[in-house]
Amino acid sequence: MSAIFDLALLADFVLAATALLLGLWVILTADALRAAIGFLVYGLLMAIVWIRLDAPDIALTEAAIGGGLIGLLVLGASTRVPPAPATARARRRWPLHLLAALLSAAVALGLAAVVLSLPDPAPSLAATVAAELPATAVENPVTAVLMVFRAVDTLFETVVLVLALIAFWSLIPDASWRQRLAWLPLPHPSPALVLLAQILLPLVILVALHLFWIGASLPGGKFQAGALLAGVWALAMVAGVMQPPAVTQRLPRLLAVIGPLVFFAIGLAGIWLAGDFLAYPVGFEKPLILLIEVVLLVSVAVVLGLILAGLPAATVSLQPQLQRAASQPRPALPSDQRSEPFLEDRP
Amino acid sequence: MSSVTFYALLGSLLVGLGLYGVIVGASALRKILAFNLLGSGVFLLFGVIAQRGAGAGFGGDPVPQALVITGLVVAFAATALAVGLLVRLGESAGLDDVEDESEGESS
Repeated sequence: MSAIFDLALLADFVLAATALLLGLWVILTADALRAAIGFLVYGLLMAIVWIRLDAPDIALTEAAIGGGLIGLLVLGASTRVPPAPATARARRRWPLHLLAALLSAAVALGLAAVVLSLPDPAPSLAATVAAELPATAVENPVTAVLMVFRAVDTLFETVVLVLALIAFWSLIPDASWRQRLAWLPLPHPSPALVLLAQILLPLVILVALHLFWIGASLPGGKFQAGALLAGVWALAMVAGVMQPPAVTQRLPRLLAVIGPLVFFAIGLAGIWLAGDFLAYPVGFEKPLILLIEVVLLVSVAVVLGLILAGLPAATVSLQPQLQRAASQPRPALPSDQRSEPFLEDRP
Repeated sequence: MSSVTFYALLGSLLVGLGLYGVIVGASALRKILAFNLLGSGVFLLFGVIAQRGAGAGFGGDPVPQALVITGLVVAFAATALAVGLLVRLGESAGLDDVEDESEGESS
């Protein structure tokens, strides 16, 4: 018995040590691409850590979003941003590094001291959730918290997602507004990749729908399923199986906002029908929660997928524009072809 | 020394490590990665606190667990915005404006 216990303890130690070493790798390795790959692996490892902490719902989210989608995002960015120039000045900044290291060590030690001296027994809402769970028509406690007890958090989280997409798209220069999003498609995807995307596309959609459907009673739900759908959509766009949309297309925009809109409408209706914002009328909890989850699944998948699809390719770079401006008098351009104001401000 | 203790220590150390990376990161992209590492440490501390609150037949307190799921999705949105800003800056202004190496010789 104790041998099994020790084995589990050993596994936890190895897991924690490996995650820490990967974190060190992400911070200290010289190359941005290596750091991004390290972070991808770190995210997958953290998913196992979440399993060990009895949080399978978070493990699924971490594997899909923390490891997969963020990894894909920074991996793409590391090839898109030119590498930092090697500088001799870095050597002279060692006092800053030393100060930063001391500060970070102090923060880490302070946090560790606080976490290890937390009161026992720990304060917990588990009993309250268990007592109220039958009233929610949902069996998975985490889903119940997300959809019922803390529904307002979930509502505004999806609003944040839409706002992030709007802010992300506002970075697109006017000139390339009508073009397709261009970060993902490979110029010449290999046949093996195309085949993989074609095979995985229906399979992952099926897995995502399953994950979504069981979310009411078992680990899973709309965020995990939405991240999976976004991921396989990104794969299809990388392989050229699906074309990335353009920002001006109406359908992706509509799908991106339909989740928060329906959620908000049902929440407002709750004021009249059930006496409070985001309260569900008695007897209609299950169908209403299901409806909200379906539209949120669509919105989460579309917003995450659109963010992964990135921005349109830059049509004009600064240098040719400056040269053109210097060498010839500026002709009167139609308004949508004019370069951005902030570029013209530069000397 | 229990398993949860390891993860509590891991979370604390990741926060420190991420903070160090945010301060001294060689490029803006590395700082974004470090910031995500810092956030991951905070989420892990949350998870440890959730696990300590296990009870009523659940493996952990479901309220902090649900908040971590919310946090992961928002962290992705923030990272995406930061990466988008960085790439656009690199395309339009050149990377010298992104690196803090160009602050001057006096530092």
